Amino acid sequence: MKFSEKWLREWVNPAITSDELVAQITLAGLEVDEVESAAGEFSGVIIGEIITAEPHPNADKLQVCTVSDGQTNQQVVCGAPNARAGIKVAYATLGAVLPGNFKIKKAKLRQVESFGMLCSASELQISDDHDGIMELPAAAPLGMNLREYMQLDDQIIDVDLTPNRGDCLSIAGLAREVGVLNGVDVTPPQMAEVAPQLEDTFPVKVSAPEGCPRITARVIRNVDITQPSPQWLQERLRRSNIRPIDAAVDITAYVMLELGQPMHAYDLDKLNGSINVRMANQGEELTLLNGQTVALNEDILVIADNEGAIGMAGIMGGDSTGVSATTRNVLLEAAFFDPVTIAGKARSFGLHTDASHRFERGVDYALQRQAMDRATQLLQSICGGDAGPIIEQVSDQHLPKADAVVLRKQRLSSLLAFAFDDAQVEDILARLGLQLLHSDAESWTFSAPSWRFDMAIEADLIEEVARIYGYNNLPSTNPVGSMDIPAKPEAKRPTSLLRHHMVSRGYQEAITYSMVEPGLQGKMDDQHTPVALANPISADMSVMRTSIWPGLVKALQHNQNRQQQRVRLFETGQRFIPSPDGLQQEDVIAGLICGPRHPESWHGKNDSVDFFDMKSDLESLLALTGRSAAFSFASAQHIALHPGQCAAIYKQDILVGYAGALHPGLQQELGIQGPVYLFELNLAALTEGVVPAFTALSKHPEVRRDMALLVDDSLPVSQLQDVIAEHAGDYLQQVGLFDVYSGQGVADGKKSLALSLTWQHPERTLNDDEVNQWFDQVVDAVQTQYAASLRS
Amino acid sequence: MENLKQLVNAGLEAVAAAQDETALDQIRVQYLGKKGVLTAQLKSLGQLSAADRPAAGAKINAAKQQVQDAINTKRTLMASAALRAQLASESIDVSLPGRGQNNGGLHPVTMTMERIENFFAQIGFSVAKGPEIEDDYHNFEALNIPSHHPARSMHDTFFFDDGTLLRTHTSPVQVRTMEQQQPPIRVICPGRVYRCDWDQTHSPMFHQVEGLLVDDNISFADLKGILHNFLNVFFEQDLQVRYRPSYFPFTEPSIEVDIGYTGANGEQKWMEILGCGMVHPNVLTASGVDPEQYTGFAFGFGVERLAMLRYGVKDLRLFFENDLRFLSQFG
Repeated sequence: MKFSEKWLREWVNPAITSDELVAQITLAGLEVDEVESAAGEFSGVIIGEIITAEPHPNADKLQVCTVSDGQTNQQVVCGAPNARAGIKVAYATLGAVLPGNFKIKKAKLRQVESFGMLCSASELQISDDHDGIMELPAAAPLGMNLREYMQLDDQIIDVDLTPNRGDCLSIAGLAREVGVLNGVDVTPPQMAEVAPQLEDTFPVKVSAPEGCPRITARVIRNVDITQPSPQWLQERLRRSNIRPIDAAVDITAYVMLELGQPMHAYDLDKLNGSINVRMANQGEELTLLNGQTVALNEDILVIADNEGAIGMAGIMGGDSTGVSATTRNVLLEAAFFDPVTIAGKARSFGLHTDASHRFERGVDYALQRQAMDRATQLLQSICGGDAGPIIEQVSDQHLPKADAVVLRKQRLSSLLAFAFDDAQVEDILARLGLQLLHSDAESWTFSAPSWRFDMAIEADLIEEVARIYGYNNLPSTNPVGSMDIPAKPEAKRPTSLLRHHMVSRGYQEAITYSMVEPGLQGKMDDQHTPVALANPISADMSVMRTSIWPGLVKALQHNQNRQQQRVRLFETGQRFIPSPDGLQQEDVIAGLICGPRHPESWHGKNDSVDFFDMKSDLESLLALTGRSAAFSFASAQHIALHPGQCAAIYKQDILVGYAGALHPGLQQELGIQGPVYLFELNLAALTEGVVPAFTALSKHPEVRRDMALLVDDSLPVSQLQDVIAEHAGDYLQQVGLFDVYSGQGVADGKKSLALSLTWQHPERTLNDDEVNQWFDQVVDAVQTQYAASLRS
Repeated sequence: MENLKQLVNAGLEAVAAAQDETALDQIRVQYLGKKGVLTAQLKSLGQLSAADRPAAGAKINAAKQQVQDAINTKRTLMASAALRAQLASESIDVSLPGRGQNNGGLHPVTMTMERIENFFAQIGFSVAKGPEIEDDYHNFEALNIPSHHPARSMHDTFFFDDGTLLRTHTSPVQVRTMEQQQPPIRVICPGRVYRCDWDQTHSPMFHQVEGLLVDDNISFADLKGILHNFLNVFFEQDLQVRYRPSYFPFTEPSIEVDIGYTGANGEQKWMEILGCGMVHPNVLTASGVDPEQYTGFAFGFGVERLAMLRYGVKDLRLFFENDLRFLSQFG
């Protein structure tokens, strides 16, 4: 809420500077966002009157005016279309200095002399209005300094109020708070009950008292709203960011700003029969003051007359019954609408109004009569008219109850770690308007004031005591707790270990959005229909990722477009996979490599990365579990990957991820320079490791035998190794592969593998005979199972 | 025996003149070998009387030793000269870069989260994680934010058609922790959060680390102490810190914490750094913790904000572009 500091100081005026005031309310939880001057810095601008305005002899768009300051007349050339004889204007005299240190001197405009300047509101930085020069009220005293007349030596304070402090959405509420903080009295302007001049009333009924526990209204006849509201009132509205409309509407806005009570003025003569506060009928239509026509639901509280809805209660009035310049008789309305009934309703229609903002947060439910009298008083003094008595419908049963709240002294002191004097607590809460109902040695019982909707439980009161005493004045200590050491299983590999490992392998960590473009995602995962956002922020972030790959591929594109050829990225995070058992939110780690194997260097040949570069990184990652042997790679198919360079990764028999080359077709479609290699693994498969278990070292020598086998080109080496291990006796330690060859000397469709087998016995030296026997067993087995032949 | 001296001198000269190992070896054979000239001298001992033999023998042996020593010395010299030459030929430009992969680097958001996690791990907090697609109950209801609460408008929420949503904060993890565990509870909850808001200073996805401590007699003073301590350690400065009343439905009292800095004109300025507060009794109750027995505090950091301040990053959008020129600056 924006407000004029001068206005606030009329209500409460502690002996502190503006800066101190701003700091003080900020530290009381009323956070000041911004402080700006009510006008730019200028001097020498006075109230003048245009006596004559003649066309400029040498320019179409200029006029030559005679301007009076009340004593003398001067000639001023003016370009504003609204400059005309008879209006009062902001007149910058010779020697005036306008914002931006712009000095006003005698000037010649197209051969005509000009002695000063007539100013627009934007030139004086009073508002953004630059449609012509300012027009001041006819009653403005000629020659008076404009700053003084408009009280421009003022600051506009913008306070960002939290939703619980609806009570401060008014000058009265802010003044109350400032009074409490400074221990000074609040001095509201004179407000008296209005003695009715008429007996006229209007039928007001409430069919939905739970939504509208109190409504007041008043008939005022013979008002004149043909004239705009007075300049001082408009100026206060302006400083609170409210645009003046007409006197009646401005007065209701003024009372809302002053007291916090949103009000509405109806043209009495446009109302049909009676008004009733009721729930809307399903589909009932209403054209609002802003011209928007809405179809209402049954959960919307409306004000209706005999013809139908004439306003959304607490949100916005209807177009058909609003006041206009021709209105002679008005019905003023001030109600208390239940916050829960109003909350969220404006938003559901894309609306947000000053009224809905206040009613959602809670308006003082005891304020309506006072606001009605205040508005009546202002309306009569500005627009004349005769007032009837206040009409009131109230349902005590539905009004909020001022709950009795118990505050335990022990709880207060232990929660804030500070021992307050009883008197201090009582004083703070009394100043805030709480009523002390009861006190004894252990506790107090208070009831909350009608303007506070955030004082229902003990913690609410503790907060208030802390707030007014000052958070910064309360003690600060380090917490003391038991020194229990939380369990930390050694076999569990923290994700951070995996991340740091990837970094050591030359990968940069990326963080890509979890929301992705459905088209690209569909090209990289045709197995799952992604979860779609109901309200995406843009079309290319409208579904949740089922894989990290689309994000990494886009990051690759971004970098390739910026001349980064060598890219190694990884990311950890959740992917979102719909399944028959519900949505699976799985943690995964994914990576991408592309470009030269090594950074550009003097070491000569630097090929592009291939599958086995990535596989080495993956094996290294898998080895962190201490269970490398549990993982296997098998040829597989994946829509995103090259059909001949795609591996499914298993941990024992469970599929835990994929790795392979980005499908060349997709790569080309995406305009990426390749090849690109990708992997993605379930994080759970990697974080479950083992605690190492020691095996005794053998004192006896190893025996190694090499074999060269000729096998079908399509035979996966890992399968062959499995068969070898199975048939090589109990003491085989390792099967190594040290060459794969095809080409000259090897028949087409075959490949030659050079393998090393190493045996070792824990307790004795192995003899040749037994090793030979195992070797022969292996050769037999691979011959039988894979038609492999020994190559000499 | 005159001959012996001449022979030795000739041998020493030959050693001195030898150019390589082969020449030296020939000299050794010529003088000291089985048929060497000095060895031959020993054979002449037989012609001497038994009394003279030992002295003459010792002389011959000394002569042999003299030549042998000269050969050894020369050989050592030659070996070290050869080694020097080899070493000279093997010298490299050590300023050339090494071979193999460069290091990659962690994302600055991860670095910041890890630092925060490490600080709190030192004082007994464990890390808790939770789903990013949440239900309304854990994201709002259980946190004392019933539907239509005005605070919901502070959270521009992404929804799914089934009524679930992208969590707007990591607080639901606190709720899930309390549902499963009785106090003492000391957890921090790092992770991605989402708000439907995108401009210079807002990203639809960002990161938070929230913390929760629930135990006997946890007070407002404890909250102030721990956070001030953390901020000093995080920024490695003795910071000025101030506490402002604020409003979060899930804490009461609620606090926003500002850190002080000096503005361009030397003036004292304050910057909002985090929100926190004492856990609201309704939140404890909803999650099965008795608010009469236990009290606690919760706090939440925006990770990007801390990273921006710590590393001088000015533009939030850089965090999610994954530009290598940006990422590689954070080692």
